[in-house]
Amino acid sequence: MDGMSIVAVVIGTIAFTVAAPLLGCLLAGIDRKISARMQGRVGPPLLQPYYDVRKLLEKDRVSVNASEGLYISCALFFTLLAGGIFFSGGSVLMSVFVITLAALFFIVAAYSTRSPYAEVGANREILQVLAYEPMVLLVAVGFYMAIGSFDVAAALGAPVPAIATTGLLFIGFLFVLTIKLRKSPFDLSYSHHAHQEIVKGITTEMSGPTLAKVEVMHWCENVLFLGWVGMFFLWANPLSILAAVAVALFVYFLEIVIDNNFARVKWQAMLKWSWLVTIIAGGINIVLLTYL
Amino acid sequence: MSYITKSPWVIHYDASSCNGCDIEVLAALCPGYDVERFGIINTGNPKHADIFLVTGSVNEQNIGVIKEIYEQMVEPKVVVACGVCACSAGIFHDCYNVIGGVDQAIPVDVYAPGCAVRPEAIIDAVVAGLGVLDEKAQALKAQNKAQKKGA
Repeated sequence: MDGMSIVAVVIGTIAFTVAAPLLGCLLAGIDRKISARMQGRVGPPLLQPYYDVRKLLEKDRVSVNASEGLYISCALFFTLLAGGIFFSGGSVLMSVFVITLAALFFIVAAYSTRSPYAEVGANREILQVLAYEPMVLLVAVGFYMAIGSFDVAAALGAPVPAIATTGLLFIGFLFVLTIKLRKSPFDLSYSHHAHQEIVKGITTEMSGPTLAKVEVMHWCENVLFLGWVGMFFLWANPLSILAAVAVALFVYFLEIVIDNNFARVKWQAMLKWSWLVTIIAGGINIVLLTYL
Repeated sequence: MSYITKSPWVIHYDASSCNGCDIEVLAALCPGYDVERFGIINTGNPKHADIFLVTGSVNEQNIGVIKEIYEQMVEPKVVVACGVCACSAGIFHDCYNVIGGVDQAIPVDVYAPGCAVRPEAIIDAVVAGLGVLDEKAQALKAQNKAQKKGA
């Protein structure tokens, strides 16, 4: 990485830190509104996620140990860094690795509380990472093979968008995206909606300001993952950015529909199906790309 | 105005209710009443909850559980006694095993009587609880400020 790209990542991270929570908050509000309408309810105000986070920040600071909050802060930082790398046109692969590091900090935070309920949540989160990570890595490899570079910026110079040769990879990615967006049927470790689970999965011991950080992290993750969706549709035409945004929003709507129509599955089913999809859709697409 | 009044998350515990009040509590969350309009969410985790809805009276079996849930909730918090059993033990008040209403175990802020309590009464009680919650939030803020000055 040369000096210029480091500057780009720093500027990108700062911009992402400002913009992603705003966008992510609105997306979460739209999600809750649409979900409510699908269930025949009026639903909360659009800015409800913002009120929730402000409320959490007002709550008393209670924590079972001093390290939990630090781990969550690290998770939030690396999420912002992953977003900064991606949206400044940097390496997709690096973005994948850094967001995985954020996921690991989140898991360590839950384990550090020694709560049996949080540990169940953390175990499930590990299974989720195990389920989605191979597909996400194949997406990065497929992007490289289609565009000729891991850099997102390179896609804006490509004659055709990556989707032209990575259709199966895209479908496979949509499948594991349900896990990453924490939506049913794969919201095993913690659901963003008010679903009853083994107390509250991975966030059981997190409260007040710490939980607020988790919420903001989740907003930023969502924006980043939708960015990964949009990445498939970028090519030399600058208008392709609009196409990418439109597809990302459509995919988000699709995820809300899926969320509202499926019950949560057991972890065995999640692992089996996501790996099957990874091997079939991802594998075939990668093999085809090697012959192109 | 504190943000806590815009996003009160509730936790619901059935002390020794006949389930009549519990069904009404859950009915308030269903499409007919849709309390999520006011940002109310049913959490199931005391550490995430702001309002504690208790149904049924207190007895020797559950007094510890009620106290434990209350202790685990993070300040500011409010307790709503839902139904006449939770308010004063109702028709069970002179049973040999019944201690009394929820206020025998933890401080109660709002009483919502009824057998079973109507969903409208629960919503009214929660709205009244929001006023108390706001007061407590302001008090906590003032206390934290004073502490910071002292330190």
